Amino acid sequence: MTDKPNLLGWTCPRPLQNYPTIVMGHGAGGRMMADLIEHLFAPAFSNDLLAQMGDSTVIEQSSISNQKSKNRLAFTTDSFVVSPLFFPGGNIGELAVYGSVNDLAMRGAKPLYLSAGFILEEGLPMETLGNIVTAMAKACEKAGVNIATGDTKVVQKGHGDGIYINTSGLGVIPAKVDIGPANAKPGDVVLVSGTMGDHGIAIMSVREGLTFETQILSDTAPLYGLVEAMIETSRGGGRRPPAIHCLRDATRGGLAAVLNELSIASKVGIEFDERKVPIRPEVNAACEMLGLDPLYIANEGKLVAILPEAVAEKVLSVMHAHEYGRDAAIIGRVVSQHPSIVTAKTAIGGMRVVDVPAGELLPRIC
Amino acid sequence: MKYLDEYRDADLTRKLLADIQKTISRPWTLMEVCGGQTHSIIRSGLDQMLPPEIELVHGPGCPVCVTPLEQVDKAIALASRSDVIFTSYGDMLRVPGSTRDLFAVKAAGGDVRIVYSPLDALKIARDNPGRTVVFFAIGFETTAPANAMAVLQAKALGLSNFAALVSHVTVPAAITALMDSPDVQVDGFLAAGHVCTVMGFWEYEPLAEKYKIPIVVTGFEPVDLLHGILKCVRQLEAGTHTVGNAYERSVSRAGNKPAQAVIRKVFELTDRAWRGIGVLPMSGYRLRPEFAAFDAELRFPEVQAIETKESPLCISGLVLQGRKKPGDCPAFGRECTPQAPLGATMVSSEGACAAYYRYGRYSFPPPGESLPKGVEGGGRGDVR
Repeated sequence: MTDKPNLLGWTCPRPLQNYPTIVMGHGAGGRMMADLIEHLFAPAFSNDLLAQMGDSTVIEQSSISNQKSKNRLAFTTDSFVVSPLFFPGGNIGELAVYGSVNDLAMRGAKPLYLSAGFILEEGLPMETLGNIVTAMAKACEKAGVNIATGDTKVVQKGHGDGIYINTSGLGVIPAKVDIGPANAKPGDVVLVSGTMGDHGIAIMSVREGLTFETQILSDTAPLYGLVEAMIETSRGGGRRPPAIHCLRDATRGGLAAVLNELSIASKVGIEFDERKVPIRPEVNAACEMLGLDPLYIANEGKLVAILPEAVAEKVLSVMHAHEYGRDAAIIGRVVSQHPSIVTAKTAIGGMRVVDVPAGELLPRIC
Repeated sequence: MKYLDEYRDADLTRKLLADIQKTISRPWTLMEVCGGQTHSIIRSGLDQMLPPEIELVHGPGCPVCVTPLEQVDKAIALASRSDVIFTSYGDMLRVPGSTRDLFAVKAAGGDVRIVYSPLDALKIARDNPGRTVVFFAIGFETTAPANAMAVLQAKALGLSNFAALVSHVTVPAAITALMDSPDVQVDGFLAAGHVCTVMGFWEYEPLAEKYKIPIVVTGFEPVDLLHGILKCVRQLEAGTHTVGNAYERSVSRAGNKPAQAVIRKVFELTDRAWRGIGVLPMSGYRLRPEFAAFDAELRFPEVQAIETKESPLCISGLVLQGRKKPGDCPAFGRECTPQAPLGATMVSSEGACAAYYRYGRYSFPPPGESLPKGVEGGGRGDVR
């Protein structure tokens, strides 16, 4: 919000409602941009920190971290460029909030604040932007975070895809919580929090015009609530450290990419049973039609957890009781053999290596 | 999933494996013709579950893999033109041409679009009357009817801005070439179920007779594959050589006659180069003269002169003929990976090298340092 005022935009200030679409002036730092912030962003994201309206937002240290308790901060960033902007079960605004919130949660951090950077393409309908911002505000409420700072830029028509959003997130990790990708130990079990591939297939079904008997919805959801319940359960009573070793949200690259990343980071092997991976029949059907493997399809509200067997059943039952963990399942275990390699027991009882995807997922010819 | 889970049933698999074990008395080498079958065999781990007497060699039936390099280079030249929208099945985009692939053309500003059906390409042509929409019409007899139908439709609709870059190939010609080659030692064939769904299996009968070799029409799920293998092994043990059908729920002897009629109406047989194998006589389809207006090579004649150069390291030709296995290649998993493929067999998920790399690396371990370092960016980013 620190661009020099554009005098061309400044000469003809008009109220926001007279513009049905974004024009270059909305990013020019002048009255139009102020109007956009005042009438659209500020009311939606209203909170004390944002109300400071400074070049940067000042956060009191006491509100995020108590020095005695040895809390640590987690900090993350993610950009969102999804097309279409609205898809069955979600939209780019929700993804932008939940994406960063979930990245924080995967280190056990309670998400507190987000930044939101908007790159708007000239010609984006104001109503579309309004709907996205409203969805983001609702998502923030659901995830228990505030947008503490933001930025808006406008690019010329043809230089963007309607809207791109970047969010960064700040969260606080409670004392003694140590969840990281390198912590998996042989003997640990591998859990997933629900059905795999819903988000990617929901997006693809809109893009490719595929229709099924039941519509496939994106699973986009904030996962800290689920993570918090898992952490507390895994403590095994009192203030003991939680036993969860690794958490990862299975976004791009799906379950296969996450398991490979964890096995490489922890220098362990991972074995799982394909039949135990929960997959919706309609997602499976879409994958069969398109020649894709559901293990490689993106999720936006599902996590993979690695934890000691001793606490697995207890954590699983807590997950089952949570709205975002109802279909959670134990799918495999960590082994000391074949470090950095993930293998799957196939439906017919065979064995295969589950590698990382090479690049873009390509539908097969036949 | 109904009609799929039944054919991936672990109990049925065990029973069929036991039947094969009971039937077999000595080693046999079987070739599954189709890359889709190779993919399924490796993905399900079937190759490691079969009795050791059975050796499966992987055939030339991956349409992406056998599309000759010059056709890929022609596609790249056409896709680079600003007046062309180039449309293709998805897995052709990463096939390496002499110097780059279609993804690189797209990144450099070429208008390259993935379609799921050639009819989608027609729609793009209708929506973009000012540009020529070229469809990469590749594949075996499986995709030929739909591709032929697109040309018929284009003619009926008067879509003069639609053209096809045709590189169709046929299975019987490949089997003939393999059997005529002294280096190929195959005792029986598993024919491709979907090709036979279209073409039937009558045209394989003279081949089985001429080469005294059993040919069994086989599906793609593990149970289908085992059923095909069992029928083939039974013939081998009994010393018979007929065409069997282990995919009866989809295939009849005569095949799909309307689909065959569409193919005959639009295409005629021609000599065709197969990537890594060479020119096989009367092994492919080209557009009939009455559809010449839709032939991309005639519309843009400058692409006809394109010359090609294969990687000297790549042995994909031998892999496609079943003479080598992917693990035999010194470049496998080293210079050649799905991220940086030297040959097409490492590209398509139906390619034998890609299937081995993706699912079988554990049993064919390349050096540890060649492990992928993480997920590449690619276009998946746009799901968020």
